[in-house]
Amino acid sequence: MPDTLTKFIFGRLTWDSLPLHEPIVVATFVAVALGGIALLGVITYFKLWGYLWREWFTSVDHKKIGIMYMVLGLVMLLRGFSDAIMMRLQQAIAFNGSEGYLNSHHYDQIFTAHGVIMIFFVAMPFVTGLMNFVVPLQIGARDVSFPFLNNFSFWMTVGGAVLVMASLFVGEFARTGWLAYPPLSGIGYSPDVGVDYYIWALQVAGVGTTLSGINLICTIIKMRAPGMTMMRMPVFTWTSLCTNVLIVASFPVLTAVLALLTLDRYVGTNFFTNDFGGNPMMYVNLIWIWGHPEVYILILPLFGVFSEVTSTFSGKRLFGYTSMVYATVVITILSYLVWLHHFFTMGSGASVNSFFGITTMIISIPTGAKMFNWLFTMYRGRIRFELPMMWTMAFMLTFTVGGMTGVLLAVPPADFVLHNSLFLIAHFHNVIIGGVLFGLFAGIAYWWPKAFGFKLDPFWGKVSFWCWVVGFWFAFMPLYILGLMGVTRRMRVFDDPSLQIWFVIAAFGAVLIAFGIAAFLIQIYVSIRRRKALTDPTGDPWDGRTLEWSTSSPPPAYNFAFTPVVRDNDAWWDMKKAGYNRPLSGFKPIHMPSNTGTGVILAAFSVALGFAMIWYIWWLAALSFACLIATAIGHTFNYHRDFHIPAAEVTQTEEARTTLLAAQG
Amino acid sequence: MKRFGALLLFALAGLLSGCDLVVLAPAGDVAAQQRDLLVVSTLLMLVIVVPVMALTVFFAWRYRQSNASATYAPDWDHSTKLELVIWAAPLLIIICLGALTWLGTHLLDPYRRIDRIEPGQPVTELHKPLRVEVVALDWKWLFIYPDYGIASVNELAAPVNQPIDFRITSSAVMNSFYIPALAGQIYAMPAMETKLHAVINRPGTYSGFSANYSGAGFSGMRFAFHGLSEQAFDQWVAQTRTASAALNRENYLELEKPSENEPVRHYASVDPDLYGAILNLCVERGKMCMNEMMSIDARGGLGLAGVRNTLPLQYDKFARRGAVFGNDPTYVASICTAEEAAAAARAASDATRTDWPARNLSPLRGAGLLRPGTESRRAEADTPSLGLLRQEL
Amino acid sequence: MVSTATTAGTEPVFHLEEEHAHAEGGSTMLGFWLYLMSDCLIFAMLFAAYGVLGGNYAAGPAPKDLFDLNLVALNTAMLLFSSITYGFAMLTMDKGRVAATQGWLAVTGLFGLAFLSIELYEFAHLIHEGATPQRSAFLSSYFTLVGTHGLHVTFGIVWLVTLMVQVARFGLIEANRRRLMCLSMFWHFLDVIWIGVFTFVYLMGMLR
Repeated sequence: MPDTLTKFIFGRLTWDSLPLHEPIVVATFVAVALGGIALLGVITYFKLWGYLWREWFTSVDHKKIGIMYMVLGLVMLLRGFSDAIMMRLQQAIAFNGSEGYLNSHHYDQIFTAHGVIMIFFVAMPFVTGLMNFVVPLQIGARDVSFPFLNNFSFWMTVGGAVLVMASLFVGEFARTGWLAYPPLSGIGYSPDVGVDYYIWALQVAGVGTTLSGINLICTIIKMRAPGMTMMRMPVFTWTSLCTNVLIVASFPVLTAVLALLTLDRYVGTNFFTNDFGGNPMMYVNLIWIWGHPEVYILILPLFGVFSEVTSTFSGKRLFGYTSMVYATVVITILSYLVWLHHFFTMGSGASVNSFFGITTMIISIPTGAKMFNWLFTMYRGRIRFELPMMWTMAFMLTFTVGGMTGVLLAVPPADFVLHNSLFLIAHFHNVIIGGVLFGLFAGIAYWWPKAFGFKLDPFWGKVSFWCWVVGFWFAFMPLYILGLMGVTRRMRVFDDPSLQIWFVIAAFGAVLIAFGIAAFLIQIYVSIRRRKALTDPTGDPWDGRTLEWSTSSPPPAYNFAFTPVVRDNDAWWDMKKAGYNRPLSGFKPIHMPSNTGTGVILAAFSVALGFAMIWYIWWLAALSFACLIATAIGHTFNYHRDFHIPAAEVTQTEEARTTLLAAQG
Repeated sequence: MKRFGALLLFALAGLLSGCDLVVLAPAGDVAAQQRDLLVVSTLLMLVIVVPVMALTVFFAWRYRQSNASATYAPDWDHSTKLELVIWAAPLLIIICLGALTWLGTHLLDPYRRIDRIEPGQPVTELHKPLRVEVVALDWKWLFIYPDYGIASVNELAAPVNQPIDFRITSSAVMNSFYIPALAGQIYAMPAMETKLHAVINRPGTYSGFSANYSGAGFSGMRFAFHGLSEQAFDQWVAQTRTASAALNRENYLELEKPSENEPVRHYASVDPDLYGAILNLCVERGKMCMNEMMSIDARGGLGLAGVRNTLPLQYDKFARRGAVFGNDPTYVASICTAEEAAAAARAASDATRTDWPARNLSPLRGAGLLRPGTESRRAEADTPSLGLLRQEL
Repeated sequence: MVSTATTAGTEPVFHLEEEHAHAEGGSTMLGFWLYLMSDCLIFAMLFAAYGVLGGNYAAGPAPKDLFDLNLVALNTAMLLFSSITYGFAMLTMDKGRVAATQGWLAVTGLFGLAFLSIELYEFAHLIHEGATPQRSAFLSSYFTLVGTHGLHVTFGIVWLVTLMVQVARFGLIEANRRRLMCLSMFWHFLDVIWIGVFTFVYLMGMLR
C-alpha cells in the first residue's frame, strides 16, 4: 500500500503507536484483554446481551443510570488506584542512584492519568451516580426532567473513560500533570497524542457532565412533590442542587479553555504559546476558574450524605437545617472567588494574593458551621454505629485535619514554602479521600439496601473501613512530613536517602488501602451471596427520614404509586409519626418515558470522533461527525417517547409489596 | 495498649529527629518568617480544630445507642445561641488569621526588598545586594551574576547575611524556583520575569530545585545552593573566573537544548545582554524581542505592512512540529539588530532601577509596613497588580 | 385533585389521588435557559481571552488595519433582521398559521445565510491579506470568538431547516411549538452575543 494511502487511512496511527516495548503495559494489556474476553464470554454464554441492552444500556430510568454511573466509577477506581500504587512503589525504591522500575516516559503518564482518572472518571461518576439515584426519590418524583438526556450524559461520560483507557494501549497519555499547563502541553513541547487523548476524553465526558447538571437542576426545581418547598428539601437534595449549579456554571469554562488549547495544538493559534503574543498564564487562570468550583462539585453532595446519615443514625432531626442550607449556598458562591490560591507563586503581588487567601479562609467558616451542625445533630441523639455512621465519624476526624492544612495553604507566605510540595498532595488527598471517598462509602452503604433490597455485609464493610482509614493515615501522614522536608511533587527519583523510610511507610499505607478496596469488592460479592439473610423487605432498613425510604426496595420503575405530599423536611419521618397508611387501591396508569438506544449510539460516534481527531484520521472524524449530527436530527423525528404503565401492572406490583410487608408483621 | 501507643510515638519521634524538616528549620530569614507564619496559623486553627475533634469523640461516645442514661431529644434541632457560637467562633479565628495573612503577605511579598538581615538587624547602605539572574532551562538551572560577569549551571553561591536580589525567568516551559532553606518559591515563566528577595543567614550547602513539573528531566533539575562567608564567596567567584568557558549567545543556544542531570558548570564571562535576550525570547539573532514587540503593539502594531514580517523557524531546540492545520513554525523578524534591542532593554531597565536600599527604614522599628501615605505608592508600584497580564519589562 | 389518603377528612394528606401533572416538556424552557447560560459562559471565556490577548498584535496588524466597519454594519443588520423575522414567525405560530410561519422561518434562514456568507467573505479576505489566526494572539482570539459565533449560527440554521421539515410534516403541534420556542431563544441569544462582538471587537477595536 502506498505510503500516502496508509497515512490517509490511519492518520498518524502506526504499529509503533502500540507500546509493545513497555513490558508493564503489555502485561496490563494481556490481563485486561483476558479479563475482558472472559467477561464478554460470560455475558454471551448466559445470553445476557439482550437483557443488558434492553434493561440497562438503553434505560432512561434514573435509578439504573445511577447504578451504572457507580459501576463506571468503581471500574475506573481500580485503574486510578493501580496508577497510585505504581507511583508509591516507584517513589519507595528510586533511591541511592536507583532509577526505580519506571522510566520518565511511563511515570509521567502515570501521575497525569492518576489525577485525571480519579477526578473525572471516579469521583465525578460516583457523585453523579449518587445524585441521579437519590435525588428523584428524595423529592418524590418519577424520574428526572429529561430522562433521555440522562442516558446520553451517562454514555458520554463512559465515552470519555473509554478514550482514557484506550490511551493505555494505543499510543500514550499526557505527560503534563492533570491540568496540562501550557506551554508544556502545547504542540511544541508535547507533539505526541497524549495531550490530545486528554483533551478529547475530557471534552466528551464534559458534555455529559454539563448536560447532567442541567438535567438535575431542572429536576430539583420543577419536579418536587407538592408541599416540598425549597426550605423543606432534604439537605442532600440541597447540596445536589448547589453542586449542579456549580457544574453548569463551571464546566463550560473547562470546555472553552480546552477548546482554545485544542486550537493551539491543531490550528497553530497563539492563545497559550510563548511567541506571537500568547499568554500561557491565561490558561492557568482559566482552568482554575473551573478547577476550584470542581473541588466543591465533588465535596458538596457528600456533605449532604453526611447530613442525612448523621440525622438518620442519631435518630434526630438535623440540627440547624437553615444554617446548613445557607452554608451550602455561601460555599457555592465563594468557590468562584478563590481560584488564584492555586498559584500564589505566579507573582501576582501581595494585595491580589491576600485577597484570594482571605476569601479562601472565609470558605472555612460555613464549612466549620456545617461541622458543628453535624456535631450538634449527634448531641442528645441515640447514635447507632452502623457502617454509614462509622464512615461519617472517620470523615469528621479526618476531614478536619485536611481542612486545617487547607487553610494553612491559603496563607500566601506559607504557600510559598509548601506549594507543589508533598504537603499539598497530602492536603488534597486528606480532603478528597477523607471527605469525598469516605462520604461515597457512607452513601453506598446507606442507599445500597434502597437500590437492591438487601443490606451490605457489615463484617467485610468493617474490614474495608479499617483498611481505608488506617491505610489513609499511613499513606498520607508521611507525605505531610515529607512536604515539610521540602520534597516536591511529581518526582521520579530521589538523591536524599533519609527520605526513603517515609516513602516506604506511605507505600505500606497504599497497600492497606488496596486491601480496603479488595475488602469492598468482597463485601459486594459476599452481600450478593448472602442477600437472603441480609434482605430488607420493609424498604426502610435504617428507620429513615426522607421520602426515598417510603417506597419499596428496590423501588418500582415508577418510584411512587401515588405522588407523595410533603409537610416537613423529614417527610417520611413525619408520615410515620402521623400514622400514615399505605394506599392499597385506586391505582392509576402511570406515564413513563420509553427506553432508547440513541444515547449509546451518539456517545459511540463521539468516541469515534475523538479517536479520529487524536490520531489525525480526518475521514473518520468527518464521517463520525456527520453520523453524530444525522443521528441527533433523526432522534428528534421520534415524537413518541413515552408510554403508560397500565393500572393493573401497578396494582400487581403494589400488592406484591403489601404481601411482603404483611409477612413482616 | 497505652504502652504500645507510647512506643509508637517514641518511634515516630525518633524518625522525625532523624530527618531534616527544612521548611520548619530554614537557614534564611525570609523562610524563617514564613515558617513563623505557618506555625502561628496552625496554632490559631488548632484552637478550634482540637475542640471539634474532642467533641466529636465525646458526643459519639456519650450518645451511643447503648447508653440509655444519656438524654434523647429527637426533635431538638434549633438553638439561636448555639448557632451564633457556631458561626462566630470560626469567624473570629478567620478574622485573626485574615489580619495575619494580610500583613504577612505584604511583608513577605517576594517582590518587596527585604528590610532586615535577621531579627534586630536592619538592612543598611552597607548591605549591597547580590544580584542573580536565574534562568530555568530544560532541565537545569543557569545562574548569571551580572555584578561579577560570571555564570554557573546547577550551582548557586551567595555570601551569608547579604541581601540577594533574584530575577527569574525560564527559557521554554514553566518551572518554580525553590530553595527551601532560603525562601519560598516563585514561578519561573518564559518571557516573563519574577523577582525574589532573600538572605541566607547560616553558611552551608542547601538544596534547590524546580518545584513545578516541567517534563522528562524534571527530577534531575536540582542544584546546590552554597551559603558562603564573604571570603569563601570571593574565592568562589575567583575560582569561577578561572573557568575556561565563556557564555555568549551561541553557546547559550547549545546549553539551552534539553538535557538531563547536568553536572555543575562555570563560565568565566557572560555576555551582559544575554539575560535580557533570554527574557525577551530573542537570543537567536534576527528574532524580534518581546519588549520590542510589546512596545510596537502598544503603539498599534505595524499594520498590514507587518503582517508578512515572519520568517520560517530555522533553529528550534525541540525540533518542534507545527500544528497540523497551521503553518510551519515561524518567528517574527526583528526590525532592529540584536545590539540595538539590547541597548534599548538596558536603558529601560536602568530607568526603573532605584538605588539600594534608599528607603525609609523607620517602619522596621515599628510594625514593618510602610506608614500610610509616605512611600506606599512606590511600594505598590514595585508589585504588579494582576499576574494575568504579562510583566512589564 | 387533592384528596385524602384513606378515610377520615381530618387526617393529613400524604399523597395525591390523581396522577400529578408534570406537563410534558414542563422543564424544557428552564432547561434550555440553563443551556443558554452555559453557552453564554463559553462566550464569556472567549470574550475574556479576547480582552487579555486583543492587544497582542505580535508586531502585525491591529483592528483598525483590518476591519471594514461598513461590511460589519451590513452583517449586523442581517442578523438583527433575522431576529425580527423570527419574531414574526413566532407571532404567526401563535395564530396557528403554518404557511406564514414557514415563510417567516425561511426568511430568517436566508438572513442567517447572508450573515454567514458575509462573515466568511470577511474571513477569506483577512486570510488572503495574511492576517491568519496564526499570525498573532489578537488574531487567534478574534477568529475564535467571531468564528464560534458563526458556528452557532450555522448550527442554528441546520436546526431551523430541521424544524421547518418537522412543521411541514407534523404541523404546529405542541412539541413543535416548544421546539420553535427554544430555537427562538437560541436565535435571539446569538443576536445578543453578536451585539457584544460588534461593540467589543469591532467598534472598540477601531477606537483602539
